[in-house]
Amino acid sequence: MNRPHRGAAGSRGLGTMEVKSKFGAEFRRFSLERSKPGKFEEFYGLLQHVHKIPNVDVLVGYTDIHGDLLPINNDDNYHKAVSTANPLLRIFIQRKEDADYSAFGTDTMTRKKNVLSNVLRPDNHKKKPHIVISMPQDFRPVSSIIDVDILPETHRRVRLYKYGTDKPLGFYIRDGSSVRVTPHGLEKVPGIFISRLVPGGLAQSTGLLAVNDEVLEVNGIEVSGKSLDQVTDMMIANSRNLIITVRPANQRNNIVRNSRTSGSSGQSTESSLPSSTPNILANLLPGEEESDEEDIIIEDSGEPQQIPKAAPTSESLESLTQIELLHESTQNGFLPSSEVNLNHSAGSISMEYEVQGPDHKSLEEDGTIITL
Amino acid sequence: MRRFLRPGHDPVRERLKRDLFQFNKTVEHGFPHQPSALGYSPFLRLMAIGTRSGAIKLYGAPGVEFMGLHEENNTVMQIHFIPDQCQLVTLLDDNSLHLWSLKQHSGASELREEYRFTLKGPPGSPPSATQITAVLPHSSREVLYLGTESGNIFVVELPSFRVLEDRTITSEAVLQRVPEDYCNRRSCELVEALREHPKNPDQILIGYSRGLIVLWDLQNNKVTHHFLGSQQLENLYWQRDGSKFISCHYDGSYTQWPVSGDNRQPEPLENLVPYGPFPCKAISKIYWQTTKNGLPYIIFQGGMPRASYGDRHSISVVHGSQQTAFDFTSRVIDFFIIFSSEPTAEFDDPSAMVVLAEEELVVIDLKTAGWPAVHPPYLASLHCSAITCSHHVSNIPLKLWERIISAGSKQNIHYSNMPWPIDGGTNIAPDPPQRDLLLTGHEDGTVRFWDASGVCLHLLYKLSTVRVFLTDADPNDNMNTLGEDEWPPLRKVGTFDPYSDDPRLGIQKIYLCKYSGYLAVAGTAGQVLVMELNDEDAEHVVDHAEADLLQDQEGYRWKGHEKLKTRDGPVRFEAGFQPFVLVQCQPPAVVTSLALHSEWKLVAFGTSHGFGLFDHQQKRLVFVKCTLHPSDQLALEGPLSRVKSLKKSLRQSFRRIRRSRVSSRKRRGGSGNASEVQEANAKFDQDTLQEMELAPVQRKIEARSAEDSFTGFVRTLYFADTFLRDSSRHCPSLWAGTNGGTVYAFCLRVPPAERRMDEPVRAEQAKEIQLMHRAPVVGILVLDGRSTPLPEPLEVAHDLSKSPDMQGSHQLLVVSEEQFKVFTLPKVSSKLKLKLTALEGCRVRKATVANFGSCKTDDYSENDLAVLTNLGDIQIISLPFLKLQIRYPCIRKEDVSGIASCVFTKYGQGFYLISPSEFERFSLSTKWLVEPRCIVDVPEVTSNNHVHSKSGMENAARKSRGSGRNSGDCGEDERKSGRLMEHALLNDEKVLKEIQSTLEGGKGSYAERNLARSPLGHGLSNGGTD
Repeated sequence: MNRPHRGAAGSRGLGTMEVKSKFGAEFRRFSLERSKPGKFEEFYGLLQHVHKIPNVDVLVGYTDIHGDLLPINNDDNYHKAVSTANPLLRIFIQRKEDADYSAFGTDTMTRKKNVLSNVLRPDNHKKKPHIVISMPQDFRPVSSIIDVDILPETHRRVRLYKYGTDKPLGFYIRDGSSVRVTPHGLEKVPGIFISRLVPGGLAQSTGLLAVNDEVLEVNGIEVSGKSLDQVTDMMIANSRNLIITVRPANQRNNIVRNSRTSGSSGQSTESSLPSSTPNILANLLPGEEESDEEDIIIEDSGEPQQIPKAAPTSESLESLTQIELLHESTQNGFLPSSEVNLNHSAGSISMEYEVQGPDHKSLEEDGTIITL
Repeated sequence: MRRFLRPGHDPVRERLKRDLFQFNKTVEHGFPHQPSALGYSPFLRLMAIGTRSGAIKLYGAPGVEFMGLHEENNTVMQIHFIPDQCQLVTLLDDNSLHLWSLKQHSGASELREEYRFTLKGPPGSPPSATQITAVLPHSSREVLYLGTESGNIFVVELPSFRVLEDRTITSEAVLQRVPEDYCNRRSCELVEALREHPKNPDQILIGYSRGLIVLWDLQNNKVTHHFLGSQQLENLYWQRDGSKFISCHYDGSYTQWPVSGDNRQPEPLENLVPYGPFPCKAISKIYWQTTKNGLPYIIFQGGMPRASYGDRHSISVVHGSQQTAFDFTSRVIDFFIIFSSEPTAEFDDPSAMVVLAEEELVVIDLKTAGWPAVHPPYLASLHCSAITCSHHVSNIPLKLWERIISAGSKQNIHYSNMPWPIDGGTNIAPDPPQRDLLLTGHEDGTVRFWDASGVCLHLLYKLSTVRVFLTDADPNDNMNTLGEDEWPPLRKVGTFDPYSDDPRLGIQKIYLCKYSGYLAVAGTAGQVLVMELNDEDAEHVVDHAEADLLQDQEGYRWKGHEKLKTRDGPVRFEAGFQPFVLVQCQPPAVVTSLALHSEWKLVAFGTSHGFGLFDHQQKRLVFVKCTLHPSDQLALEGPLSRVKSLKKSLRQSFRRIRRSRVSSRKRRGGSGNASEVQEANAKFDQDTLQEMELAPVQRKIEARSAEDSFTGFVRTLYFADTFLRDSSRHCPSLWAGTNGGTVYAFCLRVPPAERRMDEPVRAEQAKEIQLMHRAPVVGILVLDGRSTPLPEPLEVAHDLSKSPDMQGSHQLLVVSEEQFKVFTLPKVSSKLKLKLTALEGCRVRKATVANFGSCKTDDYSENDLAVLTNLGDIQIISLPFLKLQIRYPCIRKEDVSGIASCVFTKYGQGFYLISPSEFERFSLSTKWLVEPRCIVDVPEVTSNNHVHSKSGMENAARKSRGSGRNSGDCGEDERKSGRLMEHALLNDEKVLKEIQSTLEGGKGSYAERNLARSPLGHGLSNGGTD
């Protein structure tokens, strides 16, 4: 453990920053340009290089100013790490295969002893079994709480993201009545309530909706005065991008505004999705969102009897997009009459894209989401 | 941007909307559901029908009809017109009496409820004391006699319904002079019949249910004659001269009684059991009609031998040696005879019998030999076989109209050509602006063509598709062929026949081209027939083709019905629409969509498996396309998905039974002691309560997936000549929309007319659009460069439409259950949309383009979409910008069959079924409005010498009307002519009507308007139902 550069950080001035990286029992020290940290991938390569582990998959973590061990796995949190490091950026590297995910998170460094010992002695953590989950970038958001700033604290606006057709939205609604304060005093008014959550369904998995929550709005439209069937139809029609505003039956988990302490499950999902909020707000104005509803249009020019067998039937999306690009590049030439039998393949994949005909130059891609 | 153009912000458009759109339910067509009472006024020549839902409908000459609804929605038990008045009294099953009047209001008559009344007995008396069983409006028009269950007869004054207690005829008073032994044997019991003496208004005949009949003198308040019947009485009828009356009885007999001055207790003249000697059913009503030639008509209802014919609904007519028992298809509610009502005429001379059966109205011509039926101009039984679909065609060219009528007249030769005998009132509605046809498909494989132009929905022609197929039912097997000397002489009358021989024959889709006379009809077993109108009978072979919609898809098994077997060899067809091509889909699933292009001579059809295109010129199948999803097994199980729900419902009901058993056991289980039982009960109640609370109505929220069943179900087919491939060349195209939200577009190559027979029609798939929301596609439409919908085939060729604009770019409108979407063509990209379900939670059930004209200016009209949602709302949505214009609630959302049956016309009207037998007609347009508008003239009668005074209001109204005219001379004139008319009435009704109509001519006068309003206010204050 030689520390040749100790104390040198201060003398380097504001332009550079000292990095102390630890992998297993080994430490490396090096410096980075604070103003030009580069990309995460470069940094990752650098770490592999300095630790001489070029072909080992590793997890990168750092300690923030509160002492929490936080992951570095994309440009955003890498930049965050660089910008907050003061004076020194402490990096902890773990092998992916024996990584301890529980090490990350809140107050990890106050539980430092424990965590560090886990990190330091990899075989130690084997004692408690844990669920191995994939990296955050492998996730897609399934739900989020939105509009926290404009809604009353007793209400919660939840957006459910429905991908493909494999997983049910999975909840039931019923008629009921709730007590409201009206100019004539307290009155019982009819309302719509969540009556049941399907086990394993999307709604249940989010943890944001619960039985007996009162449904107030669906995609920005108030449900008062509408029948159960109408509300059902509204929800199903909006199921690709369902935003429901509820009054939770349990008001204890409400978000306390302006004190964004981590801890609530709602917020953690939200914080993983910082970019989604603005376009959700836009979506609340009905009829203005286009991104969620791009119909699939297949334009054929060939004889339907002569469908080239080369046409992809139900392959992965990459291959389809490649075909699109191919069409573009070979614009003026021949377009294979690709009768993509989407009706049949849509069971396994769901796509939102447009296959262009030969006589159109540009692809209209206004933020289409491609999902599997 | 769009946000700022919300509807309701442009005052000019708002004003225009008021000139264009207006919602009215105008008239009910067809036969009233569940009729319960019948009445007739020989004076007004109007018929009234009451129903079990409390509706009352008046009918006169074609086009003259009125409707009223009792607020209580109780069954109408009896209807009685006040003699020589425009008033009638109804008795409901809650024992309330209602007085209705026909009053003129802004130039047309209206039916209004004026008073209501419930007879109240003395305090403490049982309800039966005042339960009304018989009603007699006295010819004086001043009083009503009300026979009750207690045997007392109450007298109430009209129109105030004040009970005149001193004139009550008690059963004690009646029994005073009846022989002791008769009295002891039987008490009076309820009053079965009340009949006024035809010549002497001071005498009324009272019949009690146990058989006693008395003649009561109103002047002296005493019984003048006793008639000691021995059988339970059903009804009474006076002979015209008042010298005899006839009574009919529960045992199937009828008795004639003489009425003479000297004998106060006469013996019966004749007692007869017409269908004896074996026990017979009751004769519930009887008529004895005299004729010039001396032989009376005896007409009675029932009386059939109990054992062998007890289930028949019959009315027998006996005239000398002629006797026929008319056998009706459903229960007879009531009937009446139209006979000479002139008081001076010596004989009844019956002309027609009008029978209200439960499911239809039958009128028999009694003047023509053989007593044929009369074809009714209204009250048609739409449901004589259940309606399975309907199709409306507006503005039929005269030529086709006449050909259909002539084909229909050949079918109606067995009807009497007597003019319609119920001809009261005058139709003053303007002539219908155009000829409209409503086609209804029926379960028995027939298509009925109705004249839907005006108020009277009238059957023009009936087409049967059964002949093409081999069915179990042999057409020669006639149930009616009875031997010559068959007794009783039954004869089936009426058309109501709800029993279909083969459900596969049911008609599901109809498409008529009004220019070419081509008709395509598709049915339950995948059969598609193309027909042509032929004015002559013909015998020919129907070309037969099969369309395998599954193509080479494998692993499918059709579990539904088999396809229909066709008849080999030539088939004889009567004049009218004659099939020349039959396409049978394989598997033989119900045809769910149909389109015909008469110019290209193509017919397209779709089922739950796919769709096909057939060239009916070359009689060649052009192509088929399978739309089935591989995982959709349900689509193959046949049309009877009902089976599944039946199974489910059976399971549920078993579960329910089991649960109730369990709970009863639970109850029994705790039978140790009383408190235990109580506890158990309380617990049980709590349990059930909790169960009820825990299991409210729930709805699952589930995104639609591609695996939903019936995604391949073809919902709509559409032919269009548009730009499908590129923007420089347009070509014929076929569009199909499925339940799974897919739209297929096929480019067609139709050879030019001169080579039409030589070259085949070709089709290539050009586009496929998958709507991301996957809702069923219910309509497809192409808008031309001016954003007007493409015209119908041959419309341009017949100079009835501007040719479409082929310069500007076309647009495609796809209507799904959830959204309206406009796409550009030929490159399909979304341009506009209106999300309906996502915003309002309602789904589109029907959407049709309708043309709306302005009521203010003749030259303005526009095309909009008329949309019916699953909530029963009707919305109008503008084209091409898809802005909601207006919304009206129309049908109750629970009325699923009503919503499913709705059809829109091309000019903003529509029809939907309010019962199996009735269409409600509604109008969305200010310009095209078909509603009854008629006048019932009240002749200024003092025809009978015994008319004491006119009933208050009517009289007052008339008087003030006379004096309210501009000058005194005029009023004087009227009074004079009124007196003249009295004579006219006695001689010639027509003359009378003429005079009357000229008098009513000046209806615009200010005074009259004012007057017309005042009785209205009066009616309202009396709780009149509007």
